[in-house]
Amino acid sequence: MKTLLIAAVVVFGFSASARAEAPREVTVFAAASLREAFEDLAKTFESKSGVKVRVNLAGSQELRTQIENGARADVFASADQKHMAALVKASLVTAPRVFARNTPVVIVPKGNPAKVASFEQLTKAKKLVIGVPEVPIGTYTLQILENAGADFKTKILANVVSRELNVRQVMAKVSLGEADAGIVYRTDALAGKDKVEIIEIPTKLNVIAEYPVAVLSKAPQAAAARAFVDLLLSAEGQKRLAAAGFVAP
Amino acid sequence: MLAFLVVPVVALFVTGNPADWLAGLRHPITAPALLLSIVTTALSLSVLVAFGTPLAWWLGRSEARVARLVETVVQLPIVVPPAVAGLALLLAFGRRGLLGPLLEGMGVDIAFSTIAVVLAQVFVAAPFYIQAATAAFAGVDENLLVVARTLGASPATVLFRVALPLARRGLIAGAALAWARALGEFGATLMFAGNLSGRTQTLPLAVYTALESDVRAAQALAVILVVIAVAIIIVLRPRRGRHRR
Repeated sequence: MKTLLIAAVVVFGFSASARAEAPREVTVFAAASLREAFEDLAKTFESKSGVKVRVNLAGSQELRTQIENGARADVFASADQKHMAALVKASLVTAPRVFARNTPVVIVPKGNPAKVASFEQLTKAKKLVIGVPEVPIGTYTLQILENAGADFKTKILANVVSRELNVRQVMAKVSLGEADAGIVYRTDALAGKDKVEIIEIPTKLNVIAEYPVAVLSKAPQAAAARAFVDLLLSAEGQKRLAAAGFVAP
Repeated sequence: MLAFLVVPVVALFVTGNPADWLAGLRHPITAPALLLSIVTTALSLSVLVAFGTPLAWWLGRSEARVARLVETVVQLPIVVPPAVAGLALLLAFGRRGLLGPLLEGMGVDIAFSTIAVVLAQVFVAAPFYIQAATAAFAGVDENLLVVARTLGASPATVLFRVALPLARRGLIAGAALAWARALGEFGATLMFAGNLSGRTQTLPLAVYTALESDVRAAQALAVILVVIAVAIIIVLRPRRGRHRR
């Protein structure tokens, strides 16, 4: 057992140092909602620079915790300002810049079984799924409902059957037709548009999510990291982000 | 190996402090989650013992090949990742699921309800109880049952007065494991029952929800969960030697 343990430590140790020396790879920590756009952009970056992009997708909160605990990364792209601000305060990242914005939309299963024709008719949905207030989409959802009036908010919240821990779980339940409606980012809705229909939230009620990106202070591949951020902010990067449903900053 | 298993649990305790735990206990999501966990796991265990025991009895006593096949099928939930189990349950009992129209006709709506929480727990915990109970029943000496019958005991008397007492240790150990597994259930519940405080948000879901905002509250909830699980296992663990035949 002991020898096995030592062997394991040795093997892990070697592989870890081997990774640190590999020069042509940049590690990007990105919010889960950036999946489609970043997978696309990673390929573009690789073919242009020859540097491989490793994208680690998770909730912004999770990524922030990983970075706070010493995760080796070069770039952090967050789905909200709060987590980025926390890392700036801890001097773990420098000079974040907003590279994209995302608008929440209402989604209903294909065929719209509850016949929700507009945001105002959301009360028709007897089974609603939204995000928990602790995750960005949940916070935005509550703000939107707040903007629509206290009475509307109370009616809607009474029909909520589940508060999901991330946007993709809201998507999953509406896609399966188990929920009548949900609120997600436009990018998520577009990624699953064969299963759901989109209903716009009136602009005057809607809340826009800002996505900041920054290079980590201790980025092992700082130069490549800056190049990746530049690509995000470039015309080409913005075009790819727009294709995924993001709005320019 | 022992250190590997123990250190993370110890870390859960020593890196927090009692003030945080108290704050965690008072956190608004704690009480409903704790209550819901106790109620649903108790229900799950009752369902499991009521329906799992006869199945285990058959599996333990039957020599038929079909029994061995069923034994394998019963183990499936252990291998299936919980999130997949939740999806499978949704596809079976959900509104658009296989049995959806039938259930709807009966006016039953399972998904996102407390019943869904119980079903998810029964699904993932069943193998632990059935496996232990099957082994316990298989270990009961056939001769004792035959003798009891020849002495005039009815089949029911044989079952309740002879077989069950003899298999008791295994049954209790299996029930304890199944209960602990039901208490820790997360993935299937989240998928099948959703996450709503007071209705479907059990302790593990509350831990994960709290983790999104307040790591200390999450840690405090996790400590509560571990303490309960350990207590269940200690209280119900068969005492070595005491019940030996």
